Amino acid sequence: MVNLEVKLKDLILKNPVMTASGTFGYGEEFEDFIDISQLGGIVVKGTTRHHREGNPYPRMAETPSGMLNAVGLQNKGVEYFCNTIYPRIKHYNTNILVNVSGSVIEDYVETAAMINELDKIPAIELNISCPNVKEGGMAFGTNCASAASVVREVRKVYKKHLMVKLSPNVTDISEIAKAAEAEGADSVSLINTLLGMAIDAETRKPLLSTVTGGLSGPCVKPVALRMVWQVFNAVKIPIVGLGGIMNAKDAIEFILAGASAIQIGTANFIDPQVSVKVVEGIKEYMIRHQVENLTDLIGAIKEQ
Amino acid sequence: MKKSVQDFKVLRKTELNDETFVIDVKASTPLPDIKPGQFVNVLVENANNTFLRRPLSIHFVDYEENIIKLYIKKIGEGTNKLSELNLGDKLNIVFPLGNQYSIPKNSKTLLIGGGCGVAPLLYLAKHLRDAGNQVTTILGVRSAYDAVELDPYKEYGRVFVTTEDGSVGEKGYPTQHSVLNEKFDYTFTCGPEPMMKAVAAYSKSKAIPCEVSLENTMACGIGACLCCVTDTKRGNICTCTEGPVFNINELKW
Repeated sequence: MVNLEVKLKDLILKNPVMTASGTFGYGEEFEDFIDISQLGGIVVKGTTRHHREGNPYPRMAETPSGMLNAVGLQNKGVEYFCNTIYPRIKHYNTNILVNVSGSVIEDYVETAAMINELDKIPAIELNISCPNVKEGGMAFGTNCASAASVVREVRKVYKKHLMVKLSPNVTDISEIAKAAEAEGADSVSLINTLLGMAIDAETRKPLLSTVTGGLSGPCVKPVALRMVWQVFNAVKIPIVGLGGIMNAKDAIEFILAGASAIQIGTANFIDPQVSVKVVEGIKEYMIRHQVENLTDLIGAIKEQ
Repeated sequence: MKKSVQDFKVLRKTELNDETFVIDVKASTPLPDIKPGQFVNVLVENANNTFLRRPLSIHFVDYEENIIKLYIKKIGEGTNKLSELNLGDKLNIVFPLGNQYSIPKNSKTLLIGGGCGVAPLLYLAKHLRDAGNQVTTILGVRSAYDAVELDPYKEYGRVFVTTEDGSVGEKGYPTQHSVLNEKFDYTFTCGPEPMMKAVAAYSKSKAIPCEVSLENTMACGIGACLCCVTDTKRGNICTCTEGPVFNINELKW
């Protein structure tokens, strides 16, 4: 028997596989395809204080081994989430995390405070790294002082597990991770999308309405893996790794680099059943390598 | 209706011309009830620059053979790879996706398709005929070379063709065809947006309901990613789940 359970401080995951915000809707979209209770957790769509229409079409461009998106945090606001969506999904037998975003610190604080009241939401993922909003979002996560201030203010009102999602669009991600840790973050998740761009040479137009967007998919995996390893060497709080994970082998690589848990993002679009397949694949890997506890693999890369 | 992801097998491949082909893919378990206007999201394997699935209209469903027909035009690497599939190859499909065209009863219906936008109209024509409607189909193409696969539509009603060069049928666009002088109760369309907008304008001028099937760049196809939104009077909504079929009154056209 292998033990896949991991603890992110007080947050217990039955296995290290979660789904990434913005790629899994509210879980309901995947109910026809998988049993959601088999996952360690799901992170639902980015939620803001007020309704957001998001960016105009076109919002997506395919790229080699990946895609760019510029959705821009379209959502109906935290009140709609609490009153309408939460009652529909709270029965899921897994950890439901809400990704919380905002344009100004007050929005983050008010949204987090409202989510704090929901019994079946044990954690939030504080999104200080969305590249697709004009104000706030990534701007908070690309500077140590502003990252620290938003984490500090949210920490005052949010009493449960506070995960902070980091942006890769920085010079040194470990400095931002340290700032979040110092202000009381319980864990960090990384990476959010990399800022990118695509152009149609024939029409000479950008492919996204916002010109730039967030790059995801297997093309970002080496960057994400490197950043997880850097952050692992810089902080003591647990790390949730994501960025281009397509299968169990990718997931194991992130865990070896230092992630206690992982998130599956873009791969959900290619195979709506991939998340549970990754759980199975991790089990097979552990049996094959005679690893009893998943926790023994965290940060367990060997020297060259 | 429950969605699923399944491996289908290529049972038949029919080349209509150098760019257009129909593949019949057979499911391993009995097909669910599939509605006209719905689509599938297919995985293209071994294509370096085709990362995401390709959304394709369901052209026809034959429950006896347990097959879905896909009408495909080669427009890029993904559709080119699909054209290279051999009989017996597997094709991984997420389906059935999206909403459907409305099916009125005992009415005069007009279907207008442009280019490979004709794809969902054959299955629609069958459902309309089965519900007691009179079906008139106009297929608009560039030239006689593209006027392929007309016979199947004739099973369900009258078929007219327009070509831009006049090489077959009436010369011009489908919205200029003389049959439009007749009185219809409903219009249904799929094709290039300028053509659908012309069909919408025609329908508005005659005060008859019009449904259009929209195309969009999709990632997930199941309403999770919010990439494929259409700007409607209700705001940005997903083409993949709340469409692809929209009544023109919902759109800002």
